[in-house]
Amino acid sequence: MAVDYMKYLRTEKLPLYWCPGCGDGIVLKCYIEAIDELGWSKDDCAMVSGIGCAARVTGYVDFHTLHTIHGRAIAVAVGVKMANPDKHVFVFGGDGDIVHIGGNHLLHAARRNIDITVVLINNWIYGMTGGQHSCTTPPGAKASTAPRGSYEPTIDVCKMAIGAGAGYVARGFAGDPKRLTKLIKEGLDYKGFSLIEVFSPCPINFGRRNKLGDPAKLMDYMKSFLVSSAKAKKMSEEELKGKFVTGVLHKDESKPELTASYKQLVEKAQASDEFWAKYATGRLTDADRYKISREELKGLYPYDVETPLKEWKKL
Amino acid sequence: MGRIEFMDANAAIAEAAVVAGLGFYAGYPITPSSEVPERLSKIAPEKGIPFIMMEDEIASINACVGAAASGVKAMTCTSGPGLSLKQEAFGMACMFEVPLVVVDVMRGGPSTGLPTRPSQGDIMQARWGTHGDHPVIAVAPCNAQEAVFETIRAFNMAEKFRQPVYILTDGSLSHLHTKVYIPDPEEVEVIDRQPPEVEPDEYYPYDYNYEIPPLAPWWTKDGKSYRYHLSSLVHDKTGFPTVVPKYVQWLETRMMNKIMNHLDEILKYEYYKMDDAETCVIAFGSTAEAVRVAIDEAREQGIKVGMFRPLTIWPSPEAQIKDIASKVKNIIVAEMNLGQYVLEVQRIVAGQTPVYNIAQMTGTLIRPSQILEKIKDPSKKVELIMSEEEIKRFGGGE
Repeated sequence: MAVDYMKYLRTEKLPLYWCPGCGDGIVLKCYIEAIDELGWSKDDCAMVSGIGCAARVTGYVDFHTLHTIHGRAIAVAVGVKMANPDKHVFVFGGDGDIVHIGGNHLLHAARRNIDITVVLINNWIYGMTGGQHSCTTPPGAKASTAPRGSYEPTIDVCKMAIGAGAGYVARGFAGDPKRLTKLIKEGLDYKGFSLIEVFSPCPINFGRRNKLGDPAKLMDYMKSFLVSSAKAKKMSEEELKGKFVTGVLHKDESKPELTASYKQLVEKAQASDEFWAKYATGRLTDADRYKISREELKGLYPYDVETPLKEWKKL
Repeated sequence: MGRIEFMDANAAIAEAAVVAGLGFYAGYPITPSSEVPERLSKIAPEKGIPFIMMEDEIASINACVGAAASGVKAMTCTSGPGLSLKQEAFGMACMFEVPLVVVDVMRGGPSTGLPTRPSQGDIMQARWGTHGDHPVIAVAPCNAQEAVFETIRAFNMAEKFRQPVYILTDGSLSHLHTKVYIPDPEEVEVIDRQPPEVEPDEYYPYDYNYEIPPLAPWWTKDGKSYRYHLSSLVHDKTGFPTVVPKYVQWLETRMMNKIMNHLDEILKYEYYKMDDAETCVIAFGSTAEAVRVAIDEAREQGIKVGMFRPLTIWPSPEAQIKDIASKVKNIIVAEMNLGQYVLEVQRIVAGQTPVYNIAQMTGTLIRPSQILEKIKDPSKKVELIMSEEEIKRFGGGE
């Protein structure tokens, strides 16, 4: 079935902002395919992004979109989801945005298992700001802030998210779009926090600086770090060192989802005797003992109530 | 018919927010503001209002911006250091032009400062904390009862002007328990954001035809869905980024004008015994209560003194202060910091009348006796009077 991509795009905003050879467009295509396969209405979808190349995606997709400040997309999305639990909320962003500055929000959204889907473009570099090294830049790789090669250890985002308690964690590759679509679709469909980390090339700021040549060669270089989950099962720990496993890494159907838990809390609060006394059948709580008439209120410290009410009406 | 309860200003603000139609609360605990989320965590689920304690101050205000953009009334609450963390996202709320209420219970600073002591140190942070040019609305109630009405007013102004609004209280006011009247929503005016009159395909979130363009909720009750883009970058009428100088200037000036052109709807102030006053004390928040006592005493002694109390601190009541300056001989600004609001008063008065300052940053309230001393001789420096016994009682003292 052919996907009508234009239906999901703000076509007047094309052409895309990204450099030739960038993987972001591939991921966007996979993403739209996944939404299309799920058959979700555009009206029910909200997408939030922070700052960076990947974060520009909110300008192109025709959902309810917010292009927010650096690193805070997940926090903003949590607010949207909590206020609108029956809608689909997604986050799109890069490694610098979501893992480096926004790492705390990622950890806690994973812990809460709130039903938002994070598609994380991991291109190992701060692309938009000029190729500074990020927390995923491989040691030794050159960056504008690491001219002699990065000396910092890196982070395995997926392991971190699993450790924090995310319900669904997967890793895909922009060079394998068919499989990536599947992973994103499964993540979107999952009721809980889902993280899909996508290895995606940045030929201009990572490839060029590290003399990895054209985008195809960079794709191959990235691929050399990846091992499919089926293959990884047969490999020893020693062999897996420095490699990243792709595919669904973790899926927990039993973990409660945050907005559902809050709904239960609301039901519990509204079923309590206190609630019925206070809100459902009129006010008969302790506070009611203080209930006095308007006349008695006059002279209440420090002012009577009538005056502010009158002043209020003036406004 | 509302109800009366015995509570502090923090709890009163929480209760009033619910009356004003609160639809989302996110916060992070910080002394002395924590009673707001504590009260809300109890009543929000009963009303079905989403309540979440986020991982930090930054996350809480960002979550509020997200919720507010989607169409609900959002509030967050914090204190000095937390407000510093929230500044970037506050700027985003200004840029998005989403309604939002930020409660700041001021405490002594800088840095961790005096967590359990009052101060009025965030006056300038509230105005100039975030970068760039944007308007700010800040209200400062002086007691728990007023905090109720000012909270509702803050929500209304936020919705009406598409603007984040500060409620500035302080550590002593927020912890002073009094009898408070909580009105029913029917008793007060509750303003909701103006829905757009056009169909979704003709809607622009920053339409050039409006001074304050309507902000469409994402999901309306009649099933209409307004899909649009909000960007924290400078944007054109569609909400998409632009660098065209004409549109940049248009956006920046309109943001300023939408507040400055409606001062009569925003400004609120109180004149206390000002009719024949020769000296005017300008004070706000809990300091104003001490000033009130000092003025009553001074009047008994035959001194012609009155108080001007701005309830809306930002934008400044410039015309009113200028008018006072033309009538009185002395102006005294009393505030619990080393002199912040006095700068604004000096700017407005522009040398027309001498402006004196009783600026005390001791972590204690300014006493009526100190203010009275200053009223008697405005040019005299008022010493902090504290006996050894009092120092012991307040702790520290070394």
